[in-house]
Amino acid sequence: MAGRITRRRSPLILLGLAVIGLLAAMAVWGVLRSPQAPIQQRLSEGLAAPSWEHPLGQDRLGRDQWSRLLAGARISLLVGAAVVSVSLMIGLLVGGAAGLAGGWIDELLMRLTDILLAFPGLLLAIALTAVLGPGLDHVILALCAMGWVGYARLVRGQLLSLREREYVVAARAIGVPRLRLFGRHLLPNLAGPLLVEASFGMAHAIVAEASLSFLGLGIQPPAPSWGSMLAEGRAFGLLAPHLTLAPGLAIMIVVLGLNLLGDGLRDLLDARGSAHGAPF
Amino acid sequence: MGRYVLRRCLLAVPVVLGVATLVFLLIHLIPGDPVDLMLGETAREADKTQLRRELRLDRPLAEQYGTFLAGLARGDLGRSLHTRQPVLETIAQRLPATAELALAALLFACALALPLGVLSAVRRNSGWDYGALSLALLGAAMPNFWLGPLLIMGFALALDWLPVSGRDGMSAVILPAVTLGSGMAAILMRMTRASLLDVLGQDHLVVARAKGLAPSRVLLRHGLRPALLPVLTLIGLQLGALLAGAIVTETIFAWPGVGRLTVQAILSRDYPLAQGCVLAIAVGYVLVNLLTDWLYAAVDPRIRDGR
Repeated sequence: MAGRITRRRSPLILLGLAVIGLLAAMAVWGVLRSPQAPIQQRLSEGLAAPSWEHPLGQDRLGRDQWSRLLAGARISLLVGAAVVSVSLMIGLLVGGAAGLAGGWIDELLMRLTDILLAFPGLLLAIALTAVLGPGLDHVILALCAMGWVGYARLVRGQLLSLREREYVVAARAIGVPRLRLFGRHLLPNLAGPLLVEASFGMAHAIVAEASLSFLGLGIQPPAPSWGSMLAEGRAFGLLAPHLTLAPGLAIMIVVLGLNLLGDGLRDLLDARGSAHGAPF
Repeated sequence: MGRYVLRRCLLAVPVVLGVATLVFLLIHLIPGDPVDLMLGETAREADKTQLRRELRLDRPLAEQYGTFLAGLARGDLGRSLHTRQPVLETIAQRLPATAELALAALLFACALALPLGVLSAVRRNSGWDYGALSLALLGAAMPNFWLGPLLIMGFALALDWLPVSGRDGMSAVILPAVTLGSGMAAILMRMTRASLLDVLGQDHLVVARAKGLAPSRVLLRHGLRPALLPVLTLIGLQLGALLAGAIVTETIFAWPGVGRLTVQAILSRDYPLAQGCVLAIAVGYVLVNLLTDWLYAAVDPRIRDGR
């Protein structure tokens, strides 16, 4: 049965992995072989349409759009990976503490997550970047501040259900210490649902960074984030549609790939405990 | 029913208090002087002192917190640094525009997602199903800050059918509503499809078909009603999320709502106004979720009876 599911669903996972690979390749290519420095201006060529030399055209300041897209891929990958790994660690710690300790610790931590969940979508990240100021590190910090909550809830929920299983009850009965129980018996069972959540989480983080940068609260010019490229490009509308099309398409493909990866992994692992919404 | 509603209300109180505390701490615990952030470091010392006194930043933190909560209870969120208008009044003026946009987006999402979801479930594994599912995948992956500019380029600039921005006339709400509602439509469509597929496989539907009821009657009377319950909850949750999504959409279309006000307040460093906006959106979200709970309990007796 499992083999059949794997064979049937693997195209989704493969497609998702291919998109992550593409994003990584773009980021590396941008560092090693960028056709032009992404911030190099050629004012006389401002808003030039796509050509052989500049396959995605040039922006208002004559900067090569393809080079900027490659540099933007690096930022997206960096933000996605950093936010997911930091949020995952915090979520594992908090959710682990709540699920294993129970009692007032569990109550306190879960009320804290309730408060953070009362900030819909990007709102908390927007508020945080407003007081911290824009910039890559602040964006990552702001997204982690709300990103860990989903993982913590997931870990706690899974732990509550896992600790009733026979093998866990047996391990506790023979006196296995809590931390060892967590590391050896519970953590491996958490890996699947967490992986599913991480796929969607990475897509969320990439869109959230682009949204913040689009609003002028994220990565600051001249650094090329896909969100800020879109914000700059939309001012020119039909005069230079290539400025709006390329970064938006890039974001959509990456998000689509990561969502498909998440769907594929969820089907594969039947990780029904993973609650995910797409607020932005 | 009454006890259930009361319990949900009481549970929301600490959450709202926590949200208010967090919003208060955001401004007061940041590294550096908030007055420097608001006025810039080059501002005159006298101006800084005056602002510090006006915002009571020269008082101990506990006293500031107490004043903040007392003001909140009276509906006093301070005054905007730029317009000098009371924050609550400014937000209240912008609220109808956001509510109109959110409702229009909700209508668009339901009008698109519910029929497509039903069609997709009834014609499972057909071309319709795959088409609708692909549309939902694209809708979920397409960020609204891309869809908005694309719609403007297509329907406002190239075809000149609809206005580019602003809130003049009924037609002005169409593009912002489609932009804001498309993500929600994608989620609703998938949920409707999954929920209906689940119900269609159940015994009472088989019995209804076996006793010779017309397929349309089986679907509408016995299939859709239970299938739409989880969809209703999702609509409530998503309506709250629309408030946050409105921040980006309102900015794209220069829609004069609370979302755009939030971004304007932040970019112009009008912290009392920004604080009020963030608080208003978060509290609005909690209230909408509460309303969803009530509605759900009213529709599904199993919930309110605690079964």
